[in-house]
Amino acid sequence: MSSTSNPSTHHTSTIGAIGAPSRRNTELALLVFAVVIPVFAYANVGLAIDGSVPSGLLSYGLGLGLLAGVAHLVVRKFAPYADPLLLPLATLLNGLGLVCIWRLDQSKLLQSLPNFFTAAPRQLLYTALGIALFAVVLIFLKDHRVLQRYTYISMFTALILLVLPLVPGLGANIYGAKIWINIPGLGSLQPGEFAKIALAVFFAGYLMVKRDALALASRRFMGLYLPRGRDLGPILVVWVISILILVFETDLGTSLLFFGMFVIMLYVATERTSWIVFGLLMSAAGAVGVGSVEPHVHQRVEAWLNPLHEWKLSRQGVYGHSEQSMEALWAFGSGGTLGSGWGQGHSDLIKFAANSDFILATFGEELGLAGIMAILIVYALIVERGVRTALAARDPFGKLLAVGLSGAFALQVFVVSGGVMGLIPLTGMTMPFMAYGGSSVLANWALIGILIRISDTARRPAPAPVSNPDAEMTQVVRP
Amino acid sequence: MNKPLRRIAIFCGLLVLTLLIRDNWLQYAKADSLKNDELNRRVTIARYSVPRGDIIVGGSPITGSVETKSNGLNDLKYKRTYKDGPMWAPVTGYASQSFGATQLESIDDGILTGNDDRLFFRNTLDMLTGKPKQGGNVVTTLNAAAQKAAYNGLKDRGKGAVVALEPSTGKILALASFPSYDPSSFAGASSADGKGWNKVQKKTDPNDPTLNRALRETYPPGSTFKVVTAAAALENGLYTSAEQHTESPDPWIMPGTTTPLPNEGTIPCKNATMREALRWSCNTVFGKIGATLGNEKMLDEAKKFGFDSEQFTPVRSNASVFSDKMAPSEVAQSSIGQFNTAATPLQMAMVVSAVANDGKLMKPYMVDKLTSPNLDTLEQTQPEQMSQPLSSKNAQILQSMMETVVTDGTGKNARIGGGVTVGGKTGTAQHGVNNSEKPYAWFISYAKTSDGSSPVAVAVVVEDNSANRDDISGGGLAAPIAKSVMEAVINSKK
Repeated sequence: MSSTSNPSTHHTSTIGAIGAPSRRNTELALLVFAVVIPVFAYANVGLAIDGSVPSGLLSYGLGLGLLAGVAHLVVRKFAPYADPLLLPLATLLNGLGLVCIWRLDQSKLLQSLPNFFTAAPRQLLYTALGIALFAVVLIFLKDHRVLQRYTYISMFTALILLVLPLVPGLGANIYGAKIWINIPGLGSLQPGEFAKIALAVFFAGYLMVKRDALALASRRFMGLYLPRGRDLGPILVVWVISILILVFETDLGTSLLFFGMFVIMLYVATERTSWIVFGLLMSAAGAVGVGSVEPHVHQRVEAWLNPLHEWKLSRQGVYGHSEQSMEALWAFGSGGTLGSGWGQGHSDLIKFAANSDFILATFGEELGLAGIMAILIVYALIVERGVRTALAARDPFGKLLAVGLSGAFALQVFVVSGGVMGLIPLTGMTMPFMAYGGSSVLANWALIGILIRISDTARRPAPAPVSNPDAEMTQVVRP
Repeated sequence: MNKPLRRIAIFCGLLVLTLLIRDNWLQYAKADSLKNDELNRRVTIARYSVPRGDIIVGGSPITGSVETKSNGLNDLKYKRTYKDGPMWAPVTGYASQSFGATQLESIDDGILTGNDDRLFFRNTLDMLTGKPKQGGNVVTTLNAAAQKAAYNGLKDRGKGAVVALEPSTGKILALASFPSYDPSSFAGASSADGKGWNKVQKKTDPNDPTLNRALRETYPPGSTFKVVTAAAALENGLYTSAEQHTESPDPWIMPGTTTPLPNEGTIPCKNATMREALRWSCNTVFGKIGATLGNEKMLDEAKKFGFDSEQFTPVRSNASVFSDKMAPSEVAQSSIGQFNTAATPLQMAMVVSAVANDGKLMKPYMVDKLTSPNLDTLEQTQPEQMSQPLSSKNAQILQSMMETVVTDGTGKNARIGGGVTVGGKTGTAQHGVNNSEKPYAWFISYAKTSDGSSPVAVAVVVEDNSANRDDISGGGLAAPIAKSVMEAVINSKK
């Protein structure tokens, strides 16, 4: 492994020297901030809307504090050398998301919509479940390498999860994208979020075994290593699956996420830039091809290119068009540099999915450019801590899994916020941790759990070397 | 594996950087245009979140604001009201919760809602002291008495428009259009407001009450355009005095054709002086002047008077038309205000105002100043000279000719007396295929008080469907309105 062959690594990675500090107290201090900031935000919303501190402040603050505390204790007990930033960052985003969802619950406009329900209590429940899942991962997954055994099981799980929304009677078509399933009595679930983790496990296990074949057997052409035809197989299979997702589930985000994750992991496993070039070409070809043929995807592209026209069509009552994209852009623009302040924006004009897919627009309007930049930096920090975990990990499986999960997280943040901000066509995915939605919260807490487990293994002090009599100083016997 | 990992880290960093750049573009570079987009609901919400500032005429507001009856969901707190809505609509425009805002209500929206940057300091101060935000005021140049005279005059006679200017400054004193609409009738967001809106739309009311005829309708100016032609003749040295014989034949055959340009009735136009030609409104004389000067010189003069460009008062007016690249016969017809020539009432008021102001054309404007809620002046409009279409000497020659029109010619109905001299010109513009439709009656005039100053210039156009074709003449229909407007201005100065 290059981590051990490269002597300079230990300066920049989290590999500690023997007896490295566990940094658990750092994590605790950061967690306090991660809880206090959303509590202040919560009070702020109440003051802005009613002029009084909301009555739920105490229970909300205690609830979030308790959850964070439990998570911290679990980490302290079961992953004492884990990265100290991941948990506070995730807690902060989750807490802010809760505040924002609660703030949107107060909107009279949203309350007047037929499908309205108060989402904040449910999201708090999902958060509790998510942190429970996080604890379960840390308690029962003693070593992430165990997952390697489940490489192919993960693949089947992922495929089943991806196909589920297409099963008649189970799948739900929400505004064109078929990425949901309905579980009677439980509500709806976005299986793609879980498939993300299962696929990362599968890719990591698979690539760890095949990476040498993929990396070495190749011909050089124009400065690029071209893989042999038969080695193209796996990437073609994944590409076809992503295209199928795009065609059948009509969701560009999910498709891009899985393919992007695979290309990233393939590149890391083989260290061959040619895979990146191939990956970009294939995803571009696939996206353009499907985008021009499949009507729903095509319409999303049209809406992206001309959101105002889309808004006007929707206003005129033309079926199948949505005002949301333009309303989101207006929300961002109206927020300006510093934002209108909590509770004082009008992002409820986005109406449907204002608290899930479009939650970033509310942050944009009420916290402004400054707030969004801060939030994006928090996401970036999570990703970079994930990649750093990959750097620090001592086994190739852990490296691949960590970079796969962080890469997927980064891609998801990019695809969702890029979509909401009009940088790329809108997709049906949600901002990790912030957006309303049980699947997303649960899956992302599990993701953070796995990253924390890998980072714990990576930073854990190596067992003290067995004393080697040969290495001992030669004793000079003086006459 | 670490080298690609570092590259992936950089790639993820680039993804986030892209998002940051996009966000800066959206929330910084494009923020203002998104924020102030008329379709952005927040603009409407802000516009009605505080009592709107007022539009003021002669010291008293012609607008108001009332609290919207709350029905829970309505996010708009205040509603606009108007005093004498139909009379002032061409000035104020409307600010409707459902249908947006136009004209002054739209142009000075920032001041009226209190969101203008110039009110930022004050707003911050108010926020600190806990006072609610207030909108500023728009003080107009209009003269309530003149506006009333104009509007009532039109109301008695049918469709039309009146524009009155103060020649020395360009201040708009009256700006009336009839039929008009009451902006109060659709200021809110209820279903009654929806009905009120539909009622004044062109598709339900063919009279098109929301059309601002004073600024946005161009009419063939007819004989009133002869003032421009006369100015061109004097400026280009074709004739040097009002008494010089023009050596025009009657009938006069248009160059390049075998068609004579007819006069209206039997009038003494053969070899008439300019004074007599204007007095009798001789088509032959002015048609010949136009043909002699040629398209280019006529166009130059018309442009100096403001033709062929939009005016911003600040409410935009349509551009009046004097065409280019015409055949000599077409130039001749254009020079008597027919063929393609078309003018807004504002344009003809500008023509007569420039003559009255000894040749200097002042830029017309209707906003005197913008004030903060506590009446501090934020912006004061300064009179500004647009051009000089004719020299002071020629302007005085033209004035004496126009005064003859009123004392002895077609404009006798505009005589005021009591030391007030009036100069004017009538017009009867034919239009429609083969001139089949009813002509427009025009009258443009200015008044001069005994001290030699000219307080008002006015242009009136009446499209009268109820009158007989023969009865329509600028002198009969339009001149009395012009007279009452001029009197109103002179009386309000006393």
